[in-house]
Amino acid sequence: MKRLPQIAMLPDGKRLHLQDGPIDLIIEANGSADDVRAAYQAASRRFTGLLDELCAELAELRQPADPTHCALKGVVARRMHAAVAPYAADCFITPMAAVAGAVAQEILGAMVEVAPLDRAYVNNGGDIALHLARGEQFCVGLMDRPDSHGVMRTMIIDADHPSRGVATSGRHGRSFSLGIADAVTVLAKTAAGADAAATIIANAVDLPGHPAIIRRPACELQPDSDLGPRLVTREVGELSNREIDEALAAGEARACELLAAGLIDAAALRLFGEIVVVGARKPHRLREAVLENA
Amino acid sequence: MVTETTSAATTDKIRCDACPVMCYIKPGAAGACDRYANHDGVLVRVDPHIILERTVSHGGRLVPFQATGDWDGKLVYEPSTFVTAIGAGTTYPDYKPAPFIVSSEVDGVDMVTVVTEGIFSYCGVKVKIDTDRYLGPETATVRAQGEAVGHVTTSEYGSQMLSLGGVHHLTGGSKKEGRVTCDTLMDLSNCKPVELTIDGGATVVVQAGRAPVVNGATEERMRVGCGSATIGMFAKQWHGKVDEVVVVDDHITGVLSEHQAGKLLDIADTGIKMKGRRSTPGRYFQVAEPGTGWGGTGISDPLSILGPFDAKTARPGMTMLMVSTTGEHATYYELDEALRPIEKPMPLDLRLSVERIQENCEPALCTVLFMAGAGGSLRAGVTDNPVRLTRSVKDALTRVTSGGAPVYVWPGGGITFMVDVTQMPAGAFGYVPTPALVAPIEFTLRLSDYAALGGHMDYVRPLASLTDNSEIRPMPYLPGRRA
Repeated sequence: MKRLPQIAMLPDGKRLHLQDGPIDLIIEANGSADDVRAAYQAASRRFTGLLDELCAELAELRQPADPTHCALKGVVARRMHAAVAPYAADCFITPMAAVAGAVAQEILGAMVEVAPLDRAYVNNGGDIALHLARGEQFCVGLMDRPDSHGVMRTMIIDADHPSRGVATSGRHGRSFSLGIADAVTVLAKTAAGADAAATIIANAVDLPGHPAIIRRPACELQPDSDLGPRLVTREVGELSNREIDEALAAGEARACELLAAGLIDAAALRLFGEIVVVGARKPHRLREAVLENA
Repeated sequence: MVTETTSAATTDKIRCDACPVMCYIKPGAAGACDRYANHDGVLVRVDPHIILERTVSHGGRLVPFQATGDWDGKLVYEPSTFVTAIGAGTTYPDYKPAPFIVSSEVDGVDMVTVVTEGIFSYCGVKVKIDTDRYLGPETATVRAQGEAVGHVTTSEYGSQMLSLGGVHHLTGGSKKEGRVTCDTLMDLSNCKPVELTIDGGATVVVQAGRAPVVNGATEERMRVGCGSATIGMFAKQWHGKVDEVVVVDDHITGVLSEHQAGKLLDIADTGIKMKGRRSTPGRYFQVAEPGTGWGGTGISDPLSILGPFDAKTARPGMTMLMVSTTGEHATYYELDEALRPIEKPMPLDLRLSVERIQENCEPALCTVLFMAGAGGSLRAGVTDNPVRLTRSVKDALTRVTSGGAPVYVWPGGGITFMVDVTQMPAGAFGYVPTPALVAPIEFTLRLSDYAALGGHMDYVRPLASLTDNSEIRPMPYLPGRRA
């Protein structure tokens, strides 16, 4: 017997809300009414049981990824592994770093498979998979912090742009971070890829050994965390401007490596109100928003 | 979040079975979803406002995590159904949105309990504060943390009444006013103490089921009656032991010798002259300004409400007892040669009469009734024909409870109910940042009646099918245990 996820339209009658355990998706598709309905049906159908699929391999998914070999079976699990594998050779990472993006991508895939859509997105708690037909574009808003209101900046992603994934990672999110970034938002070809890269870059925004940063072993906070005994950031005290720049520079350097390796298209790193943007075409791709959420 | 700490420290992690992730959760921590937490070794749904915030802002519908039965792939389009399950005797304190429509057989009748958590923008609390002390003028603004959260309303027998909350303060004022109002309502409803200040009046600490604290002083007793009633109740006991008794009361001060009760006992005139406005013989209004002194007046010297005794009637050596309506204040006097009342030690039998007044006063309490209206959307969670639910409630076919506690449903339109918060399980109330309060509400009715009113029959699950299931936890509900 399958567990029933939560499946509901939002009050605007346009967006679909799917939720199961820790997975929470906001979905919107644009196209003909029939196509949108078919896409939502497909999304709901694919979503049902997806969490069970993942949990069947949860123990393996929580292990450090093997850079060359993938023993995972599920299609989403394998996508998670593929997204983190490029980093696995020289740093600690588990497929769980890409779970949100990989799920978003899977649901989006199920939708575009059944119906021609103009645009669609699957937003999995900030990790977003995008679909754009020719000539279409998305406007993505950046928030300063997840707990504050107001769109700070917007990014336009059009059909000619290679990015189909947007992901954000940082120490305020639901997952633990090894770094101190308030948020690192990444554009990449896929949502799973963006998710993994955002994790890597957010971890790199750091000041190792700084006394104002309080860290705790992840397993002390969540016994079954995939991060095990690694120290995760709990609080960041006062930092000087120079220290903020230093931490951001470390993250920027990592982001530039990923950019050069073709793993990301762009990234915005934020720490204590300071922002560093990495990636081409930034002047018109990332611009100040005119208080869209005033 | 679960913020309460208890001394019973539990150190063991528990395993959450809300979804297949099966997180191990340490005490005081939450699982991967941030929705379930380990509260002293018990798996609890934390922070119902998180999930309901999402419900409000995105309109999502909450359905069972662990629902059984295959899903037919059909989209459910019910954007404004806010359903979680705080218990109705079955699932509390597990906030899991589990069996939201449960049928159980009661006395051979298939009963249905629809367990929902309502989000109430139209809600507030009525606070009854057992005190005669003056808390402030009627209609005066009541403030919490400096923000207007309600007003003083018409006082009741021995009690001052406050009306707090309501949509005007929740959403009609500034953002801060709404937030503070919401916090105040939630704290009062969850039986926590709240300090309130009244414009032009007192500061009072209110906690449901506890004595009020007025300007730092804990009120102990509720008055036995008004001043006039006290005269009537105790006239016989005073007869022959004292010449005059004045029961000081801000509302109606009673004077034994002039009162009908005294007349019937042939108690002689004493030549006493009262200040204030005489209503009927032996009953005086407005003998002093209201306050927190004797009998709800502002006075600390009771003689200040008397004029000089009439020399034609009064005589030296006459005795007088002045007492407040609670017996908290009492002084005994004898008239000297100049007919001035002089305080003297109180004779034993009069002291006993004062103690008798005290004994007849009930303990002063604050009572908090949560009052809210169940609107269209909430009713739609129960039936697809909401007005039939209203009618069914009016026809007494459907019993309404809140967290398992009985409610009073107002006659007239809608389902507007009041419930004594001390009868509800701990932590029954939550909030959403709208701001609005989240309170449990359950509708119990016959299965056949439920079908007749357009109930969601396809969601009805027999209670028996759930009893072996981890979704259900017995509700540790003892009526009034929080009082």
